[in-house]
Amino acid sequence: MFQVRFHGRGGQGVVTAAEMLAVAAFLEGRHAQAFPSFGSERTGAPVVSFCRIDDREIRVREPVSEPNALIIQDPTLLHQVDVFAGLRRDGYMLINSEHSFDELGVGEFARRFRRERMLTVPAGELARRSVGRPMPNAALLGGFAALSHVVSLKAVQAAIHEAFSGAVADGNAEAARQAYDAVNAQLRLLKEPTDA
Amino acid sequence: MPNSPHLLPAADLDPAHLRTTRQIEGSAAVAEAVALCRPEVIAAYPISPQTHIVEGLSRLVKTGRLTPCEYLNVESEFAAMSAAIGSSATGARTYTATASQGLLFMVEAVYNASGLGLPIVMTVANRAIGAPINIWNDHSDSMSQRDSGWIQLYARTNQEAIDLHIQAFRIAEELSLPVMVCMDGFILTHAVEQVDLPSQADVDAFLPPYEPRQVLDPADPVSIGAMVGPEAFTEVRYLAHAKQMQALELIPQIGREFAERFGRDSGALVHPYRIEDADTIVVALGSVLGTIEDVVDEQRAEGHNVGALGIGSFRPFPLAAVREALQNAQRVVILEKALAVGIGGIVAMDVRSALAGIQLKGYTVIAGLGGRPITKKSLHALLEDAVADKLEHLTFLDLDQKLVDAELERQRTTRRSGPQAENILRDIGTVAARSH
Repeated sequence: MFQVRFHGRGGQGVVTAAEMLAVAAFLEGRHAQAFPSFGSERTGAPVVSFCRIDDREIRVREPVSEPNALIIQDPTLLHQVDVFAGLRRDGYMLINSEHSFDELGVGEFARRFRRERMLTVPAGELARRSVGRPMPNAALLGGFAALSHVVSLKAVQAAIHEAFSGAVADGNAEAARQAYDAVNAQLRLLKEPTDA
Repeated sequence: MPNSPHLLPAADLDPAHLRTTRQIEGSAAVAEAVALCRPEVIAAYPISPQTHIVEGLSRLVKTGRLTPCEYLNVESEFAAMSAAIGSSATGARTYTATASQGLLFMVEAVYNASGLGLPIVMTVANRAIGAPINIWNDHSDSMSQRDSGWIQLYARTNQEAIDLHIQAFRIAEELSLPVMVCMDGFILTHAVEQVDLPSQADVDAFLPPYEPRQVLDPADPVSIGAMVGPEAFTEVRYLAHAKQMQALELIPQIGREFAERFGRDSGALVHPYRIEDADTIVVALGSVLGTIEDVVDEQRAEGHNVGALGIGSFRPFPLAAVREALQNAQRVVILEKALAVGIGGIVAMDVRSALAGIQLKGYTVIAGLGGRPITKKSLHALLEDAVADKLEHLTFLDLDQKLVDAELERQRTTRRSGPQAENILRDIGTVAARSH
């Protein structure tokens, strides 16, 4: 089982993100379960959603407390909500930001995990350019596909087209591709030997 | 090709398997399932967490996908059930849905629907009852209608919610009794997971057009709902009970017919899980059974002989099936998502009736109230305590005893101690409810 927790704010499509990831996994023959943190969501308030992916039927209904991956849609949450709670030692984390973990003030935390699994990607900015609105959710899923290989970019784009239509779907699918490429570029840099 | 150490290699991105299965929200799935049953009247008032279901149905009616069907926007839940009674009495297949305070608001009409023998099907998207206001899941709402004369079926998964709605119309119309399909609010209604939606042709073959036992027809006038005095009221009530006893036969029979046609075993009075040699059996209703089954498997792997028993039909209560399933256990843990204030368990009382004369240890556990997550970790600890017979007879899972004691102390020492819910929120440092 692979468990993902999404953190963002009301209005950023946090619930839709988990649902699109579940659809992407489903399209590749997996079982998946997406659900929101149940509450009175308000625009701007911290929101959490979850997605479980497995090769067999998922029966458990508890919230995800020890995620394999964290997707953080709004970096301003980093110092406001305990977004890191329970992240597994071999876990992945993708933050919507153009800044590094050190610049975000969480470098020390990120260094406790595997370097190639902790990345930031400017998903909101990519979406602003291709969709016209800085909605980071779809783009982050593209980046997540590159980071984790749990789903393919193709499946993510198909899920985006199920959730949206027309230019919004096309723009989000394009933002997802760009985030996918951006994450892959960072991963290639990490693999290259560094000159001291 | 995606490849993760956590999962097997992915399938090709081929929509072939999508011909029968879809990955959709529970509410959307229920709306589709209800539409497949061809209701002719839907009267509903939105309330969270039921809203997505009736919104989905109103879209299906408006776009003409569900036709002929009249969708009534009513001004309250009381009006919703009243309109449902009227339409059902004219012989129209009728559906509504509600939750929580909405169900309470319609209660007078809820009793009338069953007393009149009208086969309305209603989804209850289970949610807590205030005060204090709480929009999250538990079973307080439908449990409050335990004695309303409606059949109550509880879904464990969204697939089962789909299947039970289709069976509910059959059961309701064969018996001329209303049926509540109870599904956990948010946990199921808002979960996006894989479901198999049957074809219209299969549902049509399974569920024939409604043929009423009684109908308001100007060409052939009758009275429905006349006053009945002491000379016959007991007999009419006896018949209500007799019909529910008939349902004990009918529910599994229709469940078997459904399984033959659709290949899924969802309609049953009880759902035993690994109970054959179990010393300890957890009894529960609804979606928590999935988590419990995982915990049972993990406990079994550690060598503990535990099992689970899901109650599929709470009304009628299957005394004989529950007795048969539990009689060889040493202890029974009844996990309830509702509280009968002043006594404790609700399901527990019925389970105890089923076990009359059998010596075994019984524990009532109140869990998941107002949306508190029921975690595997807490269930493991609970089962370990149960197996060691260290449980209190009435236990509140994950109760913060210190918090409660502080408020009790405040009330003991201060006359004007203030509103207790707000005191507790202040003690834990929030002004509004935390979201889970």
